[in-house]
Amino acid sequence: MKIILKDIPDLQKLDIYESNGGYSTLKKALKDMSPDDIINEVKASNLRGRGGACFPTGLKWTFMPKVTEKPKYLCCNGDESEPGSFKDREIFEKNPHQFIEGTLLSCYAMGIKTAYVYIRGEYYKWINLLQKAIDDAYKKGYIGKNILGTNFSTDIYIHRGAGAYICGEESALMNSIEGKRGYPRVKPPFPATYGLWGNPTTINNIETLANIPEIIKNGHEWFLKIGEPKHPGTLLFGVSGHINKPGVYELETGTPLMTIINDYCGGMIDGKEIKMVIPGGSSMPPLTKEEALTIKMDDASLKAIGSAIGTAGVIVMNEDTDIVKVLERISQFYYHESCGQCTPCREGTGWLMRILKRINNGEGRIEDLDLLTDVSQNIEGNTICALGDAAAWPVKWTVKKFRDEFEKKIKKESVSLPVKNKVHSLR
Amino acid sequence: MNNNENNIILFSNDELKNIEDIKSHYPDSKSALLPVLWIVQEKYGWISEDSMKCVGDLLDIPYEHILGVVTFYTMFNSKPIGKVHLQICTNVSCMIKGGRELFKYVSDKLGVKNKETTSDGMFTIEEVECLGSCESAPMMQVNNKEFYENLTKEKIDKLLEELHKKNI
Ligand SMILES: Cc1cc2nc3c(=O)[nH]c(=O)nc-3n(C[C@H](O)[C@H](O)[C@H](O)COP(=O)(O)O)c2cc1C
Ligand code: SF4
Ligand code: FES
Repeated sequence: MKIILKDIPDLQKLDIYESNGGYSTLKKALKDMSPDDIINEVKASNLRGRGGACFPTGLKWTFMPKVTEKPKYLCCNGDESEPGSFKDREIFEKNPHQFIEGTLLSCYAMGIKTAYVYIRGEYYKWINLLQKAIDDAYKKGYIGKNILGTNFSTDIYIHRGAGAYICGEESALMNSIEGKRGYPRVKPPFPATYGLWGNPTTINNIETLANIPEIIKNGHEWFLKIGEPKHPGTLLFGVSGHINKPGVYELETGTPLMTIINDYCGGMIDGKEIKMVIPGGSSMPPLTKEEALTIKMDDASLKAIGSAIGTAGVIVMNEDTDIVKVLERISQFYYHESCGQCTPCREGTGWLMRILKRINNGEGRIEDLDLLTDVSQNIEGNTICALGDAAAWPVKWTVKKFRDEFEKKIKKESVSLPVKNKVHSLR
Repeated sequence: MNNNENNIILFSNDELKNIEDIKSHYPDSKSALLPVLWIVQEKYGWISEDSMKCVGDLLDIPYEHILGVVTFYTMFNSKPIGKVHLQICTNVSCMIKGGRELFKYVSDKLGVKNKETTSDGMFTIEEVECLGSCESAPMMQVNNKEFYENLTKEKIDKLLEELHKKNI
């Protein structure tokens, strides 16, 4: 079942999109549906945000004030900087108009006249692809003043980031659009009351918005039948690591991980065993091989074993992988990306990285394992934004689930690795 | 030199027109800062103190604020760099597919370390975080624009040669 990355050649082109029913939902909605009808449909569909937190989209939209003197804004989050995530760029490339149509429907639903698409600066190519699609849609009267002859008007602008993972966090993203450093804001006030330039603002992920046209077109009952009812629809699984065919696969929620790995990704390279899988981008607690063998990929199933679906960026690691080195690299990332506003995050991420480095250098002590857990627990929940948690979770859970890997290194037993992080592409 | 002259030196008339258009995208023209800094960097390769001051005059933003912004975002260069900026990803998906070895290979080959530029001013190399292209690991970005994917030593050798030829 594909909702977004449909198997239609050249769907990125406006005329092909139109000839496959594109923008007809917008047309119909502007004629036959009130803004509240759209919000109710999205609410009933149980669509949950695809940006990492799984927050119910319809509910989020109801936080926006209905009557206000102030302008309202939509931020479309295409920062996509969580290591292991590369799905939104696939939408920009393969089906940008469905994302644009979804953005327009969302703006209509919430009474928004300006939407900003925040895209990470490195996605230069994809920024240009989306800009082309936006330009084409402007020319055809789908975006701009008096859309399709109605009195609904909305502009869509791209805002290019400049390299900062933290700008994916919604309040940092708004500061970045305002021309400031990407510092997360203390909440409350929440964006729906005090967002961009102090005005009511909603932030949604690109994939979330790309789902909207199909939900409005086919109705919530149709959507609820796809995948897991509590987390319905499809997910764009971006799968990387030691598999034969890495890539983005759109599959129903609840698809077993092993189906993704074996049936879609061509299995493990050289038929090796799995050692660890990160299920949803590097901040999500990892899965052991045993967990990987049986897990279904949806919010509830992953939560039940102490992990989360995140951005559905799946990183698969084989038996030769040095887990402690991987964790050190993850910690190095969060240390580098911490904006430094909160002491637990700024100091804690440095501690985590240094302790892991020490263990990898053969200077670790067994007490270090408790120290790692302790430091991560002191970061978790004590910071302005969730980057602190994102840094803490992988450490806490990797130490818990793969403790023997750490102990072997500390006790200097040979960690049976034929080659450290065997190089596949450089052979 | 007054502000106007500065800006004419920094930007062409077309660019100034473009900047006016960008400003109209935001209710507050200060929000045009990132896009304007991108214009400067794409034109000059980096953002100098003088450029920051000119941009400040143009958008009515204090220099200190601009300096803070330029140094916050990793893609903005506040120092001149080589003609070809090689940014090699060593984050997890790339690392487990040989990203670190690739970085070391390039570093040894060019005789420079992380964030250094070759003596002929041609190449600057940098180890970077995930570039959102993990499916094609190991990979690197060149000059903040092009992605080069599924890299091998052979591909790197060929690519460096081509980039060198293109930029002398
Ligand atoms: C450190 C950090 C980085 C984030 N990066 C992204 C991102 O790159 N893309 C994204 O859509 N959401 C990201 N988020 C989540 C956003 O804050 C926000 O919840 C999301 O964009 C809301 O969209 P959704 O409800 O449609 O999922 C990040 C959150 C944190 C704490
Ligand atoms: S948790 Fe970290 S990244 Fe988030 S605001 Fe605090 S210091 Fe900045
Ligand atoms: S880890 Fe290198 S591109 Fe994502």
